[in-house]
Amino acid sequence: MTVLVVLDHDSHGIKQPARSAVAAARQLGPVHVLVAGENIAAAAEAAARLPGVEKVIKADAPAYAHALAEPLAALLVALAPDYTHLLAAATASGKNVMPRVAALLDVQPISDVSAVVDADTFIRPIYAGNALATVQSRDAKKVITVRATGFDPVPADGGAAEIVPAPSVDGPPRARFVSAELSKSERPELTAARVVISGGRGMQSGENFHLLDTIADRLHAAVGASRAAVDAGFVPNDYQVGQTGKIVAPELYVAVGISGAIQHLAGMKDSKVIVAINKDEEAPIFQVADYGLVADLFKALPEFASELEKAS
Amino acid sequence: MKLLVPVKRVVDYNVKVRVRADGSGVETSGVKMSMNPFDEIAIEEAVRLKEKGLASEIVAVSMGVAACAETIRTALAMGADRGILVETEVELQPLAVAKLLRAIVEKESPGMVILGKQAIDDDMNATGQMLAALLGWPQGTFASKLVIEGDQALVTREVDGGLETVSLTLPAIVTTDLRLNEPRYASLPNIMKARKKPIDILKPADLGVDPSPRLAVLNVAEPPRRQAGKKVASVAELVDKLKNEAKVI
Repeated sequence: MTVLVVLDHDSHGIKQPARSAVAAARQLGPVHVLVAGENIAAAAEAAARLPGVEKVIKADAPAYAHALAEPLAALLVALAPDYTHLLAAATASGKNVMPRVAALLDVQPISDVSAVVDADTFIRPIYAGNALATVQSRDAKKVITVRATGFDPVPADGGAAEIVPAPSVDGPPRARFVSAELSKSERPELTAARVVISGGRGMQSGENFHLLDTIADRLHAAVGASRAAVDAGFVPNDYQVGQTGKIVAPELYVAVGISGAIQHLAGMKDSKVIVAINKDEEAPIFQVADYGLVADLFKALPEFASELEKAS
Repeated sequence: MKLLVPVKRVVDYNVKVRVRADGSGVETSGVKMSMNPFDEIAIEEAVRLKEKGLASEIVAVSMGVAACAETIRTALAMGADRGILVETEVELQPLAVAKLLRAIVEKESPGMVILGKQAIDDDMNATGQMLAALLGWPQGTFASKLVIEGDQALVTREVDGGLETVSLTLPAIVTTDLRLNEPRYASLPNIMKARKKPIDILKPADLGVDPSPRLAVLNVAEPPRRQAGKKVASVAELVDKLKNEAKVI
């Protein structure tokens, strides 16, 4: 009963959600990992250092350079016979490729698993996290995406796995990468940050998000936003925290000018400590906040920045 | 080019769902049902392609109980030309839906299938990718922009760090993200017209598909509830609590 985990990686190594997927896999059996991309020697070595990983399969080829679903799925199907479970983190990439793999294997995928009960049984949120379903798979093989916030990531170091090359798999290239426009930020990624500070419609404009930047710099926080702020055009969609955006569970989540729609709560309610700053004391966000401050954010945020400076 | 757009009947996104006391699922009787919001975006995109002269016909497909015909009527009122209902009482999971859709695609030969990226009930985010796999078609998931150029679909996708554009050789699968468009409201005359548009009704057996679920739902429970905390009176008190009580800064 060996488990194969597809790892998300970048120039910095193995991404944190992928390390959470390895943690989930370790509850199921011995773990092999797949690192696919182009010029990925460093990422493969980083994968070999993950505790609990027994083997790294390295697929280093131009076809895998942009993690397109079509070639990656074909490769996973070729590797599948050796494994009982195929896992990936429920990132944009994992969500793109794993259902494709599942269909090719005639398996119903199990998306966004937040807990492992046993080898066949898993817990996953439905209805934007308003209910938790315990589901049991009748398929011989399981294809799973893992909600990273449900599993503490394995450390980045501690293992020493062997690295082996992947078989080569050909497919007709009917999908082609054209370009990417990635947000440039010195800040930690939303899904990996220890602290997240998010703004909502109450921020009133994109420019006002600089008020959050000052605080984020001081707390080494990632900056997020509610869907309302994204829909209003204040910030790009990759800032979005919520059911339709990113799911985060940092040590500290600060919600500023966010009313607390169900769709937003679904993305952050597993945070360890939640702070809400909102001028409407009836805002639903206060029902989940550990600390609530009823205040005008345009007064509170500069004060917050200067108090943090004093406290540091 | 013919377009196929699957639409799912789900609990309306404004409804606060309630978990049944016996753990068998979420209460759906007497609850307002609507078209899955991502599927509205899919229909809207198809209608815009037709308005631009890039599509000739839009076929809306829904699957499930007889009431799914209402969801098809909504799609027809928004601008779809005709509907196909695959009627069954069996609980349909994405693998079965993808197989049923494959059979319909083989009959209808669309140039593109546009689907919502996920349904807001089971949050699976799987059907589009699975249909692409079964057909051997390329996929452009989580689309925020779609441009057709000859036999290529240029799909700009929402990915974790920003946006990515891929070029797909048609026929292809596209799944919609929120920012692709803002769906229109159906006008009263169009709602009236939609009543006259045809809906074919099929059974899974007509399409040669066994729709039995592969995942057994053992239990559905309420998530643990967070306790509301306390209000603080000032920013200074907030910083003090975060530092000395919660110890997170």
